[in-house]
Amino acid sequence: MGQGILLSEGTSVDFMIHGVFSYELFGQTVWITTTHVCVLIVMLIIMAFCLFANRAIRHATEVPGAFQNVVELIVEMLDGMIGGVMGKYAVNFRNYIGTIFIFILTSNISGLLGLRPPTADYGVTFALGIITFVLIHFNKFKHQKVSGVLKGLCEPWPIWAPINIISDLAVPISLSLRLFANILSGTAIMALIYALLNKFAVIWPAALHVYFDLFSGAIQTYVFCMLTMTYITDACTTEEN
Amino acid sequence: MEFNTNFILGCSAIGAGLAVIAGIGPGVGQGIAAGHAAAAVGRNPGAKSDITSTMLLGQAVAETTGLYGLLVAILLLFVKPLVP
Repeated sequence: MGQGILLSEGTSVDFMIHGVFSYELFGQTVWITTTHVCVLIVMLIIMAFCLFANRAIRHATEVPGAFQNVVELIVEMLDGMIGGVMGKYAVNFRNYIGTIFIFILTSNISGLLGLRPPTADYGVTFALGIITFVLIHFNKFKHQKVSGVLKGLCEPWPIWAPINIISDLAVPISLSLRLFANILSGTAIMALIYALLNKFAVIWPAALHVYFDLFSGAIQTYVFCMLTMTYITDACTTEEN
Repeated sequence: MEFNTNFILGCSAIGAGLAVIAGIGPGVGQGIAAGHAAAAVGRNPGAKSDITSTMLLGQAVAETTGLYGLLVAILLLFVKPLVP
């Protein structure tokens, strides 16, 4: 940071991604960064939860216990959300939307565990955006056929086609930048508070954590999944149905 | 023309400050959305959960333009693209 922030005497403001170690791959230096480590930890948390959930459902009882109740609640909530938006297409996309919902939510609130949220790295969110982009266009070609896609590009006039292509390409970029910038701003503000007010930052930053990590993280997860579902439903809908 | 690094850093800081003025627009927009949502809840209290989720979705989408300004500011301050 150096002379970036003058107020912070001695204490440095640090919310950047750091390299852990590097290796050579086909003459390129590839860095394993803190993001990889944090994604790995988030994955381990989700996997442990899944193993326990799987065991709880395998030994499911008529009157559910506490943990079985929580698992059923999560599944019902996700099913309700996806079914409400996607209607008859919900069956095909339950797995994907549920997966990204749980992954993004866990990533966003991993700031509470002292990790740097993986979604505060553009590499992670852009990958999610690209997956959404591929899904949208795969389903577009599958349901509307090539003629329908070409017709959609030439709306309202053929001269509009370049603008329609640009607006299609902007979808993954705006989706990923929205998630990235929201989480990054929360991370940056918390880092600034801890570095600049390090003697006064006692207990009350917890309220800010509730806002920036829990509230903002949950809202952005919801928004990302909601927009993904809306775009995919839009791509699946043809003029006949 | 040659400028020294400190001059460029100072100008970057001013630019970052100007870039976050972009936050005014989403602030006004989100306020309008929240106001209309409050009015809608007043008219139809039964649809409160639907109205809240629609409002939050709209606000999050409207927030994007402000976040682009923030992104420019963060790039100028911490990535320092203008410093040779």
